[in-house]
Amino acid sequence: MSTDSNSKVQGSKGSKQAVQTTGHAWDGDIQEFNNPLPTWWVWAFYATIVFAVIYWVLYPAWPIGRDYTKGVMNDIEYTDASGKTVTRHWNTRSLLDKEMVQAKAEQKKYLDQLAAASIEEIAKDDEKSNFAYSMAKVLFADNCAACHQPGGAGVVGSYPNLADDDWLWGGSFKDIKTTITNGRNGYMPSFKAALSSEKIDDVAEYVLSLSKHKTDAAKTARGKAIFNGQEGGCYYCHTKAGTGMVSMGSANLTDSIWTLADVPSADTLEAKKAAVKQVIMNGVNRKMPVWKERLTDTQIKILAFYVHQLGGGK
Amino acid sequence: MEQTRIPIFPRSVKGTYRRIKSSIVLLAYSVYFILPWLRWERDTGPDQAVIFDITARRFDIFDLTIYAQDIFWLALFLAFAAFFLFFITGIAGRVFCGYFCFQTLWTDVFMHIEHWVQGERPARMKLAASKWTAEKIFKIGLTHLLWLLVSFLTGLAFTLYWGNAPDLVVDIFTFNAPLAAGITILFLTATTYVMAGIAREQVCTYMCPYARFQSAMFDKDTFIVAYDSIRGESNKGRHKPSKELIKRDKRQQQGYGDCIDCGYCVQVCPTGIDIRNGLQYQCITCALCIDACDTIMDSVGYPKGLIRYSSEHETEGEKTKILKTKNIVYGLILVLIAGVLVWGLSARTEIELNVRQIRQPLYVVLSNGTIQNRYDVKINNKTDKSHTLSLAVKDLPGAELDPGRSRSITVSPGASLTLHVYIKRNPDNVRQSNKDFEFVLTDLKNKQQQWQHDASFYTPRDLIKTATGSDR
Repeated sequence: MSTDSNSKVQGSKGSKQAVQTTGHAWDGDIQEFNNPLPTWWVWAFYATIVFAVIYWVLYPAWPIGRDYTKGVMNDIEYTDASGKTVTRHWNTRSLLDKEMVQAKAEQKKYLDQLAAASIEEIAKDDEKSNFAYSMAKVLFADNCAACHQPGGAGVVGSYPNLADDDWLWGGSFKDIKTTITNGRNGYMPSFKAALSSEKIDDVAEYVLSLSKHKTDAAKTARGKAIFNGQEGGCYYCHTKAGTGMVSMGSANLTDSIWTLADVPSADTLEAKKAAVKQVIMNGVNRKMPVWKERLTDTQIKILAFYVHQLGGGK
Repeated sequence: MEQTRIPIFPRSVKGTYRRIKSSIVLLAYSVYFILPWLRWERDTGPDQAVIFDITARRFDIFDLTIYAQDIFWLALFLAFAAFFLFFITGIAGRVFCGYFCFQTLWTDVFMHIEHWVQGERPARMKLAASKWTAEKIFKIGLTHLLWLLVSFLTGLAFTLYWGNAPDLVVDIFTFNAPLAAGITILFLTATTYVMAGIAREQVCTYMCPYARFQSAMFDKDTFIVAYDSIRGESNKGRHKPSKELIKRDKRQQQGYGDCIDCGYCVQVCPTGIDIRNGLQYQCITCALCIDACDTIMDSVGYPKGLIRYSSEHETEGEKTKILKTKNIVYGLILVLIAGVLVWGLSARTEIELNVRQIRQPLYVVLSNGTIQNRYDVKINNKTDKSHTLSLAVKDLPGAELDPGRSRSITVSPGASLTLHVYIKRNPDNVRQSNKDFEFVLTDLKNKQQQWQHDASFYTPRDLIKTATGSDR
């Protein structure tokens, strides 16, 4: 490759213009070459200056004390939530406000459809359920995930798992909606004072036998008597079969799901029993807050749809 | 402060390369301006042969429909284009610059307009130097007007690729078109006018990065437009054909070269260089100087090819090697990319199945002790027809799939659907904590048509232990 750097000077272009200097000389002989810029570049530079001046006039630009120049002919107009027409000078905040108003209007089309439909209708319709799903996912993360966890798995001992098929207060659309709307009070009395330590131990043995754990026969029999008798009175709420009652929110003790005593993760029967005994001794007092004051009816409706499908619904 | 552009008034020329260039311009313009008007029959979608529909997020190129998720094909296509450029540049120099670059094509057309209105080089130079008369105003004005017209048509044609051309044209001229269309047309009109009409060769010398990095791809075997200085200059250099120096043998006896210094090669050059000074970065290898020199050589009866396509090796009297490692590797890469692209296009699935396991929670124990895993199954229908499908699982013994709402799944053309499905499995028969299996999607109309996606079912380790442990 022999690109001759001198060719430019000798060539047809350069022949008329020899290399120039600025004419300044320092220390006698140090001179500065004058390497001129292309015309288009210079004009592009002037164009940016013109652009800047136009920009200053049209948009907020110069600070003046605590104020600033607002620019002219840049009004942003929109109708706010109360139906008032708002006119503001251009800035990114008013632009955002305007876009939020427009986005809300766009969203309203779908929200109106959801408001008019029942949960069953939403579940049947692909478009509606997809919209409800993605919207409720955000609502769930904002409002419910703090306790029930982002995936709805809850925390054993504190907050029920919503992703399984066990529902303390019922798993129908209607039940879930009621739960969210009005909240729930989960209560079980403490038996520390009423029952002796041995008796609590027996009851725990019996409770574990309900979910097919291998337990001591004698202790289980004693525990059963207390559970189903007046002494313990556990069957008032948990029923004689131990299956619990949806109307009371009392737990089903016969299945594999534990919301308070962490039986599944305990290794030995002793440890499982200790977990159950803790609950019997201390009782339960947990609260699901009321949401109707904070969420709209439609929001509660789609949340119920979302929660219902987390575990496959019932 | 600034260097003023010295205007270039290229003289017209006839010859082989001029014919090749004109044919390419004609072909490129025909394709570019006519393509958006070509209609095409499709089952669904627009009936325009080539349309880039951004709002519908689909590009239709004849029978090929490209969706947003196929964008990696664009990356492959661009990689192919880049390597093809390296390949061709290594062998034959700036072929793209000289024949195919739209800057070259449009500048060429603009120069034709200029020539048609104002006449040949001397007439144009005279006109430029003359005072502003009515004739000058008319000729210069007409030139610029025609340039603007071509620029506008260029912008308009470009815009038509992005919408239904017949409707869009009406919308544009009745000012009902989207703002983006108007801005695009204005922008392209302005850039075409400025680049091809005013800036011209400055685009290549100042703006275009390719002009500068091409030198890295050149070597001594690259074919470039070159002046045969040994033949042209001989011992005493070039000389005008004065009376004693017309016959070639006489010139050679006296030690003069074949170049008669007519300057035709300089006059036709669209970038205003003198090819006789050797390879220069301004040269776009348009080869018009070859045509010019050949014309002169013919008229004085010397052999053609004083300026010709030749490599540095050839000029120095050596052999040009084309089959060299660099070119072969570029060639292989090209074949590879083209292969992947063709394979990708031909093997593209019409239905795309994607499965994502829900990881929060990873599993749930149900009341009867079975384990439930959840999956988001996304089905993308890339065809023109609605598909009715069914979902099943394979290689997962004892699994119960709950597809959610319905057994038959209908996905409309071009649509995608996300299903939230549940798989329940009794841990009693489970031996592996992570069991890999397949989701199988079957077309209910054509049961042979199936799509698969792998997934994994998770069972917590301690539950496997209880199931196989001593207490059972």
